[in-house]
Amino acid sequence: MHGHGISIWFFIGLSLLVNGILITGAGIWELISPPENRVVLFQYHANVWWGGLLFLLGLFYCVRFSPKRQA
Amino acid sequence: MISGLAVLVADRLVHLSPVDIVIVVFYFALVLAIGFYLKGQANTSEDFFMAGREMTAWVAGLSFLSANLGALELMGWAAASYQYGILATHWYWIGAIPAMLFLALVMMPFYYISRTHSVPGYLKLRFGESSRTLSAVSFAFMTVLMSGINMYSMALVMKVVLGWDIHFSIWVSSLTVAIYVALGGLRSAIFNEVLQFILIWAGATLIPIMGLIETGGWSNLKAQITHNASNEYVHLWSTLGSFNNNPMGIHWTGIVFGLGAIISFGYWTTDFLVVQRVLAAKDLRAAKMAPIIGAAFKMMVPIIVILPGLLGLALLPVKLTGETAAVASGGHSYNEVLPLMLARYCGPGLLGLGVTALIAGFMSGMAGNVSAFTTVWTYDIYKALINKDAPDSHYVSMGRWTTVLGVLISVGTAYLVMQFASIMDYVQALFSFFIAPLFGTVVLGMLWKRATGPGGFWGLLAGTLSSIGMWAWVKLDPKALRYVALSPNARDMAENMYRALWSCLVCFAVTIVVSYMTNARPDSELNGLVYGATAIPHEAEVPLYQRPVFWAVVVASVFVILNIIFW
Repeated sequence: MHGHGISIWFFIGLSLLVNGILITGAGIWELISPPENRVVLFQYHANVWWGGLLFLLGLFYCVRFSPKRQA
Repeated sequence: MISGLAVLVADRLVHLSPVDIVIVVFYFALVLAIGFYLKGQANTSEDFFMAGREMTAWVAGLSFLSANLGALELMGWAAASYQYGILATHWYWIGAIPAMLFLALVMMPFYYISRTHSVPGYLKLRFGESSRTLSAVSFAFMTVLMSGINMYSMALVMKVVLGWDIHFSIWVSSLTVAIYVALGGLRSAIFNEVLQFILIWAGATLIPIMGLIETGGWSNLKAQITHNASNEYVHLWSTLGSFNNNPMGIHWTGIVFGLGAIISFGYWTTDFLVVQRVLAAKDLRAAKMAPIIGAAFKMMVPIIVILPGLLGLALLPVKLTGETAAVASGGHSYNEVLPLMLARYCGPGLLGLGVTALIAGFMSGMAGNVSAFTTVWTYDIYKALINKDAPDSHYVSMGRWTTVLGVLISVGTAYLVMQFASIMDYVQALFSFFIAPLFGTVVLGMLWKRATGPGGFWGLLAGTLSSIGMWAWVKLDPKALRYVALSPNARDMAENMYRALWSCLVCFAVTIVVSYMTNARPDSELNGLVYGATAIPHEAEVPLYQRPVFWAVVVASVFVILNIIFW
């Protein structure tokens, strides 16, 4: 759906990209400075790899559906 | 805003860190930005109410599903799976997939070729003004009422989970929806629904992944549930031979004929809240593919809804109870299973994304209600009965104001429910009164040329009244349950299934009898409306892998295999 300008997939990419950066950042901070109250399976550091995955997906969609490429 | 939110928190299930709050705030900013961006593309009524009829199959399909995937749906069915086990999956599989495929292959051609703007609009073309008015008024009334009830329930959830003030949750979320739908119309609602769909998956998928890692896989999870509850909680069909052998107190006939054949077909094929998304597709093939894409994803929704409930049953150290018992004991209720699992695995950032998923679910459901209400009010009530000959810009303006008004009425309903909580029990039942008979009327209208206008109207009215009558009968005399639901042991859900079945049969019977007593319309007047009188475009020149029927067969095959695996 890119009929009149910016594609919906670009907005989705932007959302995943920003969330990915924030979640990965929070995960890395927890690696550096582990919290006292830890979630179950903390040792898997889900926020690092899940955030990284969202970041990569977001980056792909932002580039693939960039308004410049669509123009 | 962050410091403002911090002031509002009190007792809560989970604690948000600053990064979580930034994620939630970013979400609100993005949906509003989309609304403002799309404002310039909603200048005509076709743009505002039908999104210009230019959505691809993917966008229409994901939006079709997202409008149904509200936060209460997520949390309610996670709670149901904790309470009833894997039986709750029926509402996602047999209670959705056959109906969605039927909509795609059988009904969509008539909705699309007739160029109707709404389901009541189709009834006008097929049966006349009286059927449209009955359907439009009941739909509009029930939609804003349901929207308000959902709004209140969500605000309550936000209070329990996050400690947010109820008034704050109601006003911030509802005004955000009002702004982006009023600005960009259906296109804005659909864009945001697709975004919300992706966020729901991004925020909720981690729970089953981590849960299965913790339990050691599906086999270990089943063993743990059998140990904590019973073996009946992990079978889809094998316990349905008797009302007493399963946690839901339901018989397979209720699931197959009540849920699978009537309630799901009524909801997925005639509830304008979801059908409107498909009507916005760019062509007939996209309109047929959209529900099939929706069905494929619907089959996967149990991963983020049912599985977390089952994992809660296996892993949570506390025993969850009903709402009343939870309030009395100070413990946790079934409805809190999803937030509890979220808090179990999700640290800073992920928690914000999970909460955003819940908020996104709520807003997508509300935007669906509001945009459908706006279209039905403007086209099927205001334009049809009050002001027939206004310029196009007037109807667009009416749509924008109706969006705001619809949200305000919903807020009013939310406050009404806050005062009289028992309204919720009645309205849930009220909504079901209209769905099953409407399906009977629409499907006969599409598939039977002999059905007449009076037949359609009286069938719809009789079906609705019979449903209300059966509900009132059981309320006044609980012993009547043995007749309505075929068993004195049937629970609420089973009663709903059978009531839907009987009311649809009443609708069929009355429509058929009255139709034979009245004059049929000539075939020439039924072109584009009825099977046998409509030339449906063939797809012989399209490659097999691009044909909707091919993908419908693929989805149906997976559906059958899944039911056998989890039998």
